[in-house]
Amino acid sequence: MTTATLTPQPLTKRVSPAIAARNTATLAWRNLVQIKHNPMELLDLSIQPIMFVLLFSYVFGPAMKGSVEAYLPVVIPGIIAQNALFAGMSTGFGLNTDITKGVFDRFRSLPIARSAPLIGRIIADTVKQAWSMIILLAVGFAIGFRIETNVLALLVAFVLLLAFAVLFSWTSVYIAMKVNEPEKVQIFGFVVIFPLSFLSTAFIPTTKGIPGWLAWLMDNSPVTQLVEAMRGLLVGGPVLEHALIALAWGVGISIVFAPLSLRAFKARA
Amino acid sequence: MTYAIQAEGLVKRFGETRALAGVSLTADAGTVMGVLGPNGAGKTTMTRILATLIEPTEGTARVGGFDVCKQAHQVRQLIGLTGQYAGVDEMLTGTENLVLIGRLLGLSRRSAKARAKDLLERFQLTEAAERAAKTYSGGMRRRLDLAASLVGDPKILFLDEPTTGLDPRSRNGLWDIVRGLTRDGVTVLLTTQYLEEADQLADDIIVIDRGQAIAHGTSDQLKAQVGGQVLEVAPIHEADADTIARVVGDLADAVPEVRGGLVSTPIPDPAIMPAVVRRLDEAGVVVGELSLRKSSLDEVFFALTGHHTDDIDAEAGELAQAADKEGASA
Repeated sequence: MTTATLTPQPLTKRVSPAIAARNTATLAWRNLVQIKHNPMELLDLSIQPIMFVLLFSYVFGPAMKGSVEAYLPVVIPGIIAQNALFAGMSTGFGLNTDITKGVFDRFRSLPIARSAPLIGRIIADTVKQAWSMIILLAVGFAIGFRIETNVLALLVAFVLLLAFAVLFSWTSVYIAMKVNEPEKVQIFGFVVIFPLSFLSTAFIPTTKGIPGWLAWLMDNSPVTQLVEAMRGLLVGGPVLEHALIALAWGVGISIVFAPLSLRAFKARA
Repeated sequence: MTYAIQAEGLVKRFGETRALAGVSLTADAGTVMGVLGPNGAGKTTMTRILATLIEPTEGTARVGGFDVCKQAHQVRQLIGLTGQYAGVDEMLTGTENLVLIGRLLGLSRRSAKARAKDLLERFQLTEAAERAAKTYSGGMRRRLDLAASLVGDPKILFLDEPTTGLDPRSRNGLWDIVRGLTRDGVTVLLTTQYLEEADQLADDIIVIDRGQAIAHGTSDQLKAQVGGQVLEVAPIHEADADTIARVVGDLADAVPEVRGGLVSTPIPDPAIMPAVVRRLDEAGVVVGELSLRKSSLDEVFFALTGHHTDDIDAEAGELAQAADKEGASA
């Protein structure tokens, strides 16, 4: 027999919290180590944000606020928020890949915590989100963006963004459960997230001049609330109300989509 | 005594469709239970219930003595699963895939690595160990998948169509591995569309079609169950084939099968031969060929399910082709 044969151990009746945490950490590691073999993913996480920052700042900046520098406080927090929404789609994309390739079945046939595959992925995606946000801030800094607040506000900005991203990613989890190929999750990202992020104040200082009903829609969009809160935290301005409304949206979205996802998953298995 | 696998009256509905309509089976420890059936028969649904991935709508099942619904966690500590689609992470290397499973099963980093190394060696994947699984051939992927299901030294192993789409050489290799496992006392439940595979590996075979078990026994018993012998008659003039089919069908009380002017009929008793010859003579049919032989498992399958394994093979061929294309484009 092999040298590393397992010694038979008495069967356990359930997964202890310590083991559940370990399972989750292992699966988070698995989702991050993939980057090592697919450096394109890291580029994806970095290049798109860089491109957006440069294009928006230099092309729209002068027309929007008279100069690139004056536009940066508007657009950097906006792009950070938009990027978080897009990156949230990768949770669904990865989940659907696992399900269609049979990897998810393997995990579920193992004596591990039921929640570990999903939470492990969410943790890994949160790390990727944080990475993107750091890249965005760094590129912004390089072309003249300055954080006008303090370190504490910056930390709160990170927490708020990551929390919103996790809550919002339930939409992509739900799509992942409903479609039969990962590419369809991306299509969803494009047709829903794209307009959603533009129908906000992510790239504009104000909705003044926009037709009334549309301006109302944009002012009340969860993305606008998130963007305004991020602006407040990074360059100053009102924070609390926007942050609370954004989080309320996030909680509402997850309250709706988490059970729907669970039900869709049971139906497809 | 307790069985390694014991299922009773398993029913599974997905909305309106009934994937399983009351299947029961038992498998003794250390044996190979073959589940034979065409695509869509319910094989995968049954495997998924026994492997605790889904719960049955009705019925109960115990694996290793534990209830698959109420004691799923215990069951999961005893089983290994290799699904129809190789459940390996294509982005990870062979080693990483196995280390991942080992870590999830509670091995230390070092033991998980040692275990991975052993298994890769055993499945001739050592050279590919540090390559991402997406670069593997179909056969290698299946072997890695099987290796992954063995990391935890399972007592009971579920193999859902492990050789579908594999070339004959890889298939034979996989068969040897399964034989080796049963020698070590592992109980295997193997689903397959290939009669030859069931014939080669299974101690006991259950044939399922449209969610129902339609026959059960060893391959010899199954062959005997449908008469065991086949009468083949070919007329000189192909146009007479229908007449022959009518006459033989009448005498044998069976439905003959006409293919390219050859009429094959399972018969219960060779004693009807003289009557067949006499009746054909009376009908004015000139017979070019007449023979009696033991029925093949293919005919057993046809007699039981009403369709041929050829139809399935053709389908499986298409699937394999599609898989090849996918592999080529990936």
